Amino acid sequence: MSDVQLGMPRLPAPDYPADVRARLDADAREVISRYPDSRSALLPLLHLVQSEEGHVTRTGVRFCAEQLGLTTAEVTAVATFYTMYRRKPSGDYQVGVCTNTLCAVMGGDAIFDALKEHLRVGNGETTPDGKVTLEHIECNAACDYAPVLMVNWEFFDNQTVESATALVDDLRAGRAVAPTRGAPLCTYKETARILAGFPDERPGAVEAGGGAGPASLAGLRLAKGESAPGRVVAPRAAARPAAEDRPGTGPRPAAGEAPATHPSSHDAPQQTSASDPSNPAGPAAEEGE
Amino acid sequence: MTLAAEVDETSPEKVLAPVLSAFWDQPESWTLETYHRHEGYEGARKALAMAPDDVIAYVKDAGLRGRGGAGFPTGMKWQFIPQGDGKPHYLVVNADESEPGTCKDIPLLFANPHSLIEGMLIACHAIRSSHAFIYLRGEAVPVLRRLHEAVREAYAAGYLGTDILGSGLDLDITVHAGAGAYICGEETALLDSLEGRRGQPRLRPPFPAVAGLYACPTVVNNVESIASVPAIMNKGKEWFRSMGSEKSPGFTLYSLSGHVAGPGQYEAPLGITLRQLLDMSGGMRPGHRLKFWTPGGSSTPMFTDEHLDVPLDYEGVGAAGSMLGTKALQCFDETTCVVRAVTRWTEFYAHESCGKCTPCREGTYWLVQLLRDIEAGKGQMADLEKLNDIADNINGKSFCALGDGAAAPIFSSLKYFREEYEQHITGRGCPFDPAKSTAWADGPKTAHLGVNA
Repeated sequence: MSDVQLGMPRLPAPDYPADVRARLDADAREVISRYPDSRSALLPLLHLVQSEEGHVTRTGVRFCAEQLGLTTAEVTAVATFYTMYRRKPSGDYQVGVCTNTLCAVMGGDAIFDALKEHLRVGNGETTPDGKVTLEHIECNAACDYAPVLMVNWEFFDNQTVESATALVDDLRAGRAVAPTRGAPLCTYKETARILAGFPDERPGAVEAGGGAGPASLAGLRLAKGESAPGRVVAPRAAARPAAEDRPGTGPRPAAGEAPATHPSSHDAPQQTSASDPSNPAGPAAEEGE
Repeated sequence: MTLAAEVDETSPEKVLAPVLSAFWDQPESWTLETYHRHEGYEGARKALAMAPDDVIAYVKDAGLRGRGGAGFPTGMKWQFIPQGDGKPHYLVVNADESEPGTCKDIPLLFANPHSLIEGMLIACHAIRSSHAFIYLRGEAVPVLRRLHEAVREAYAAGYLGTDILGSGLDLDITVHAGAGAYICGEETALLDSLEGRRGQPRLRPPFPAVAGLYACPTVVNNVESIASVPAIMNKGKEWFRSMGSEKSPGFTLYSLSGHVAGPGQYEAPLGITLRQLLDMSGGMRPGHRLKFWTPGGSSTPMFTDEHLDVPLDYEGVGAAGSMLGTKALQCFDETTCVVRAVTRWTEFYAHESCGKCTPCREGTYWLVQLLRDIEAGKGQMADLEKLNDIADNINGKSFCALGDGAAAPIFSSLKYFREEYEQHITGRGCPFDPAKSTAWADGPKTAHLGVNA
């Protein structure tokens, strides 16, 4: 708390450059028009400012507040409640490993530990090249494809330590990566724009990834008599372009990869707005902008 | 029909009942064109020809109950909306699927989004609403894309907009992406979030039916509940009631996951058992046996292999001491440490506690501290009573059901696996090897690697 500057009110956040502001103003008008009450636009507007800067800056908070006639305190209170709003600059690709119970048990913990070691970053940290931010995430409604990994909120099903390691290597090397269900990856900023309610305009984006995945069809296939009892689902890995996870060769838990213990310690208390110096809510001095 | 006669009563063809999932395997199943080929929007045509109150009565008579966890009769929820009150009415679809283990709405919306939109059209006609919202959790971008497209198609085809199918009904649908908060699956927290606030639950009463979104009468329904309505309208309430039981009629999606040979979605009449589902889908992974499972996500008290024959409907699961919840059947085999599982769930509840009420905010924090100690071999026997006591001080004493959900795995695991907790304490650590429970632990023949179909 030593860096709190008592008696010195913070300067207002700087505004966006005029051209950016004009563009965002138009977007914001469209978002607000979808709702009977303008304040409902706050969550999409926060996604919108993330699509501009990659995280929610003080400038973004000020923008939302001005659009909706709220105070920056009111906007910050909302922005800090939801986990999808980032409070600091992060990578182009957010790699989220599900470590809720089922995925964790099925291998999510081993994958998360391996990625931390492989990338030499901790939870919520970004690789020095600015490409990958590693996070552990909560249940993402794909338990029948466990263990699951999300990159910019696209599904990467049935992962292994090997496939996940190869995936982050591909992301960092700029090689094309295809999710098991969903469209070709776009950057975190582009994803945030879709979340703000602006449909993905890339040709073929809606069709990409095809229909229901194999696990989703398990019951239907049985009901149609298409699948004998005990027949297991196809490995989603077969659809992956990269060669790291061929069925048959099979990933093996290499010695030392599985953690000897599982202390569940990666879910340490998060910094609060009061203790986090980079938080737009302060109370620290200006962030580097 | 001759084929049906040859089919064994216990065969999957006989036991399963794909309705919502019936054409997920068709090419481009998510498009309006495919939906039309499978009697899409026929239910809406029938409903729009009926008086709104008659639609409500019809859905009530069908006996459809909420598929999001609580099991409240859907028609009754609609009936609670006051009519002629001069206020706008709203329908809000809860697509914030985040309950650990639950994975039915996301694949449903990915493969068949029009079933939801048609259901919303019918529901809005019934409750006299002209603006509906889909609150989709933000972490499911592939589904968001499909919803954006499905809504666009529905406007273009005249199923949304003004004077829909010449009925005089106007309806707009707004697709709203959340931003990551489990608590927003609680209906009043969802409404606060949709109003642009922190997602914290509201005191009830007033219930959303009286003062919901913008303090106007609002129905909040789960995705699967609403998506089930078109089939009821199209094929009839008698057809719907021919499945399931008197109090739990109809079909539903069961989501099988974990250490099973065939994880996935299984749509069946209510009342099927886990044994039936496992029998037809290949059982547990080879060489392993079921240890514990959840009937409806982590917030429903866990079951063991003693409960394989519990009918999975609202009454059956309730009578056995748990809740049907979201029908998320997470199955764990004997390699899984129950203390580890419960610790991780409890960390989840502590992380997702919104902080509004003290029992949940503080209680979940202390549960995590105790559980981490026990898991790491630093616990004491007295901690087990303390766990029980804290859970008891959360359960039923919290502002919303998140607290009850947090207590459920604690109570149920202490009931069935107290010895395992004691082992962690007396043995000064966890006796399990986590490497053995991974999907790849048994080599390439596990479900994970499977055959290349």
